[in-house]
Amino acid sequence: MQDFLSSLVNVAFHGIAYGMILYLISVGLSVTMGLMGFANLAHGVFAMAGGYMMLSAMSGLDVPFPLAIVGAFVAVALASMVLERFLYSRLYSAGELEQVLFTIGLIFMSVALARLVYGPLPQPVFIPGYLKGQIHLLGSGFPAYRVFLIVFSVALAGLLWFGVERTRWGAMVRATVDYRLMAQSLGINTARLFTLTFGLGSGLAALGGALGAEIIAVQPTYPFEHLVYFLIVVAVGGLGSLRGPFVAALLIGVFDTACKYWVPEFGSFFIYVATIAVLLWRPEGLFGKAT
Amino acid sequence: MKHAGGYIADSRIRAIEWLPWAFALLCYYAAPSYLSLGSYILTMILFALSLDLILGYGGIITLGHSAYFGTGAYVAGIVAVRLTGEPLVGLLAGALAAGVLGLVTGMIILRTRGLALLMLTLAITSVCFEVANKATSLTGGADGLGGFSLLPILGLFRFDMFGKTAYLYCLAILFASWWLVRKLVYSPFGASLTGVRENNLRMHAVGAPVYQRLVASYTISATLAGLAGALLTQTTQFVGLNALGFQLSGELIVMLVLGGVGRIYGAFVGPLVYLVLQDYLAKRFPEYWYFGIGAMLVLVVLFARGGILGIIDAGILRLRRKS
Repeated sequence: MQDFLSSLVNVAFHGIAYGMILYLISVGLSVTMGLMGFANLAHGVFAMAGGYMMLSAMSGLDVPFPLAIVGAFVAVALASMVLERFLYSRLYSAGELEQVLFTIGLIFMSVALARLVYGPLPQPVFIPGYLKGQIHLLGSGFPAYRVFLIVFSVALAGLLWFGVERTRWGAMVRATVDYRLMAQSLGINTARLFTLTFGLGSGLAALGGALGAEIIAVQPTYPFEHLVYFLIVVAVGGLGSLRGPFVAALLIGVFDTACKYWVPEFGSFFIYVATIAVLLWRPEGLFGKAT
Repeated sequence: MKHAGGYIADSRIRAIEWLPWAFALLCYYAAPSYLSLGSYILTMILFALSLDLILGYGGIITLGHSAYFGTGAYVAGIVAVRLTGEPLVGLLAGALAAGVLGLVTGMIILRTRGLALLMLTLAITSVCFEVANKATSLTGGADGLGGFSLLPILGLFRFDMFGKTAYLYCLAILFASWWLVRKLVYSPFGASLTGVRENNLRMHAVGAPVYQRLVASYTISATLAGLAGALLTQTTQFVGLNALGFQLSGELIVMLVLGGVGRIYGAFVGPLVYLVLQDYLAKRFPEYWYFGIGAMLVLVVLFARGGILGIIDAGILRLRRKS
């Protein structure tokens, strides 16, 4: 019984840590898909870029951990805004097929580039000294780094919630998600809003990729391999909201960890089955608005 | 965009439509050392043709068509290992299994649209992948399924080590499937599919049974994909997990788009160009190859949405205008 309880606590803890990383990476995808209706399969590329940037900055240039994280966020956010302005924005009015193809093309290119520059193997992970070791709570030990991950991500989620619900920019985003034409005719510069939001979403993905490098290994096939999970979070959570992907990411993180802990012989089988069930029950996702 | 087929189009086979078959037979005599690559290309053409039916004509965007290809491939392999080495039995069993899976999953997922549909196709492929990966006693798991031998086709044509029989076998199956797809596309059924793609709401409004049409085309497409998978198993005498992978679905879409979507022959040109280039370049410069494929996709989407055949069409049109 004691064993079961402690494994329960462990699964919940690691599941939440994994879920928070999934949330950081996917929330931008959910917002951009809800905002622009763009099926951006290449979102994982930004997460991978963030991971590579942080790890190479720390190993090659001896940049301290906090600075490397901020650097990855800023660099990826800026680069993605350039991409949005010059490439993505051309395809907003195109069909879903074109968007899917275009972003698959981006994935292919980034996978090749990553392999060319960094080689095919996963990158070694650096954790700063002050985040190593264990934190003891209620009689069991938890890795300090993952505790930091959870606290940091929850704080970010809170900040994001504040930004979207309480600021002028957030009101503009919500208005545009609800009804783009009306928002435009009220004088909201939706093109600029798209670019900014896209940059923020990609930057968050980079943060997720960088912070989560210890959980989701940074390697060239990253955008392909984990795409299904990012998309599951977005589809199950529902488009265009903050709460949807948060709940979905937590559910999926804990459920996936539990499955892999107790029934490893089934792999990810149950996650996919659960996703299918949820989407059949509510095609617009748990928190999405019916269209 | 110009599309082949439709209710009012002339459905007689034009002379130029015999060109691919003449070319395929020419290759058989001219390049005997490339016959195994040739069989693979023919198989992928069949697979791309099955995708063209639902993507190009039905407008269903799927990232999981390899589920049906892989099902056909594995069922053909399992039949050969456990039941009989007769190729046609394995072929039919593979196609049938994929068709049944297509019918069942199609009935479920075609009620949704957009992101949910995309996600469901992806999830179904992932479920199939996990099943094949974990049911090691039946499928061989990560090691794949091999080590079976096939009897001569109809007791007459033995699979030879040069791949001659395999090539002609693939060609015959592809020809039959092409004939079927062409018939379908030029029929009222094909016209109503195109209607669904172009304007779903209006098709509902004129009283067309949209859902039934989509399920029917999805089932046929899955059957053809299963046929292609079974062919791959039989001609290579091996089936591995990558037959069910999401990456195969991605590559398939790339091939079809490269050739041109919704025009039947795009499914012929795309895989041919892609796989010949791949055979030539991918072994030597794998990184540049994938980068090139990605860049090509981006360029096709931005500048040449009709693929290779679309470019040729546009060129012919321009020449005619000048003269």
